Amino acid sequence: MPDHEILLDVRGLKMHFPIRTGFFSKAKNFIYAVDGVDFQVRKGETLGLVGESGCGKSTTARAIAQLYKPTAGEVYLNNLDLTKANGQELLAARKNMQMVFQDPYASLNPRMTAGDIIAEPIRIFKKNGLMEASKDEIDDRVEQLMEKVGLSRFFKNRYPHEFSGGQRQRIGIARALALNPELILCDEPVSALDVSIQSQILNLFRDLQDEFGLTYLFIAHDLSVIKYISTRVAVMYLGLIVEIADAGDLYKNPLHPYTEALLSAAPIPDPKIEAKRHRIILTGDVPSPDKQRPGCNFYDRCPKHMDICKKVRPALKETEPGHQVSCFLYHKPE
Amino acid sequence: MSDEVILQVKDLKTYFTVDEGVVKAVDGVSFELHRGETLGIVGESGSGKSVTNLSIINLIPMPPGKIAGGQVLFHGKDMLTMSPNEIREIRGNKISMIFQDPMTSLNPFLRISTQMVETIVLHQGLSKEESKTKAIEMLKLAGIPAPEKRIDQYPHQFSGGMRQRVMIAMGLSCNPEILIADEPTSALDVTIQAQILELMQELTRRLGTAVILITHSLGVVAGMCNTICVMYAGRIVERGRTEEIFESPRHPYTMGLIRSVPRLDQETRGRLYSIPGQPPNVIDLPDCCPFYPRCDKVMDICKKKYPPTVPFEKEQSAACWLYAKEAQNA
Repeated sequence: MPDHEILLDVRGLKMHFPIRTGFFSKAKNFIYAVDGVDFQVRKGETLGLVGESGCGKSTTARAIAQLYKPTAGEVYLNNLDLTKANGQELLAARKNMQMVFQDPYASLNPRMTAGDIIAEPIRIFKKNGLMEASKDEIDDRVEQLMEKVGLSRFFKNRYPHEFSGGQRQRIGIARALALNPELILCDEPVSALDVSIQSQILNLFRDLQDEFGLTYLFIAHDLSVIKYISTRVAVMYLGLIVEIADAGDLYKNPLHPYTEALLSAAPIPDPKIEAKRHRIILTGDVPSPDKQRPGCNFYDRCPKHMDICKKVRPALKETEPGHQVSCFLYHKPE
Repeated sequence: MSDEVILQVKDLKTYFTVDEGVVKAVDGVSFELHRGETLGIVGESGSGKSVTNLSIINLIPMPPGKIAGGQVLFHGKDMLTMSPNEIREIRGNKISMIFQDPMTSLNPFLRISTQMVETIVLHQGLSKEESKTKAIEMLKLAGIPAPEKRIDQYPHQFSGGMRQRVMIAMGLSCNPEILIADEPTSALDVTIQAQILELMQELTRRLGTAVILITHSLGVVAGMCNTICVMYAGRIVERGRTEEIFESPRHPYTMGLIRSVPRLDQETRGRLYSIPGQPPNVIDLPDCCPFYPRCDKVMDICKKKYPPTVPFEKEQSAACWLYAKEAQNA
């Protein structure tokens, strides 16, 4: 593999949530939302994270941003381990790592104007002595950001309810850009939008990446969106990454049975192709992540499962250059 | 699919009166549904897809809603002028519905058996025991394992996909002629969506049910529907058989919509095509083409008058001045 500069390095990240029956009672059980994921995000790339609801995509992003305190594992951003960083270090590190959320209705404070929302990160950094900015500079920056994301600067004094969903998402993106971050964690940023607006926002993400050399961790459940936006793609299932590969490679040559099923299940907007396609219909639902399985998490639904899969959990291993998969069909257990 | 028309919607208009003015949610929609046909209604949020179908079965909250005009002919009888009792005979029986959110469309306090038996007893005149047997049979058809046990459980004991299966079983339990499915898979995951769509397709084919499938997903209609209506700002802007709509879309909105979706089966390099601007606010829309501010083929006449519906070959039609003779004469 050629050398790439690693911006974000996630090692053995685990996020378990306790299930308590009463307020003071001890945790009886855990939800194993993320159960040991390792991946790296290279500088300037877009790593797509795809999977079904409850597979731990959003939890992964939030645990990386330290919005949750991870149960175990390390998250290195520019060689600083965020899980061990103190408050001040973490704040400083967040300058380089911002988030864009799914629901543009819930992620903007309805009592703040668009301008204030976008300026808030800068003001917080100024207040904490991490940045110098005069009032005029902040104003200029806000206007400049608004134009960058395709909003008129005259909308600065409007409140979120005066904007449509797509415009709100643009405000959220401008806020994420305010501190000139290197990495943006995008948690389903287009799934709440209509088709015609979705393509506008996807184009905006691409344009901004070209202009500012941004790196994205891009979460979505829509496989075609992920294919369009990503350089590399990681597929998650039940708290684990089952496959990582270059986007083109993954879509042409999916190895893990879950990836195969996922790709075959996604509808394609062309009746001729739809009529001819062979679907792998998985039986059953995604199981609840409330217990740790000794074997492969996909065992129950896998059309190709073997005896070994029930007993031993397959590790994520490289089978071809740049293509990692966790499945015993491709490598023998140790 | 036969030639018999079972449902005919003619110039349907549903308006809502709000403080800011009149919302013309549905403004002159006409279409026909044949026996055994699967009709897709595609459009973005606020285009009037759901309101059209709620109007058909008379579920529009009035006020603020009002059916301002048009006819909905079910076997030739206008459903809009029927008495509530007559409607109740049809709704849930001859025409049934599946809604988007399987979490909220089942009553959380009642067992599945209670909810299913209620409908069957009411519409089919069977006894409670017979109805329960029928309900179990339907759940089994819908692919629910151990239906004898599951039927006595409560909705929260089912997963999202399973609940949607229950809804499908319920919707089909009275052998309806028409099943209206309003975004039946939008709340579900990809692999579960594939399961549910396959189930719907198989069951409705077997039972000969006509389906109106409302969705925003072009992928779903491509695989499921015989015909498609594309809605924009309360009107049908294009209609035709699925193959024609995808192969030779005529309306600029349909073209834009198809081009702006990233494709799983193709390489998309560079920028995606995107339709500029926002969908219009449907309050007090002027009488012009509502798509003109976003249209890349806009002409002067588009800003003045709503275009006529122009027919093409193979039952395709589009409401656009590009194809109207009057525009060329003007």
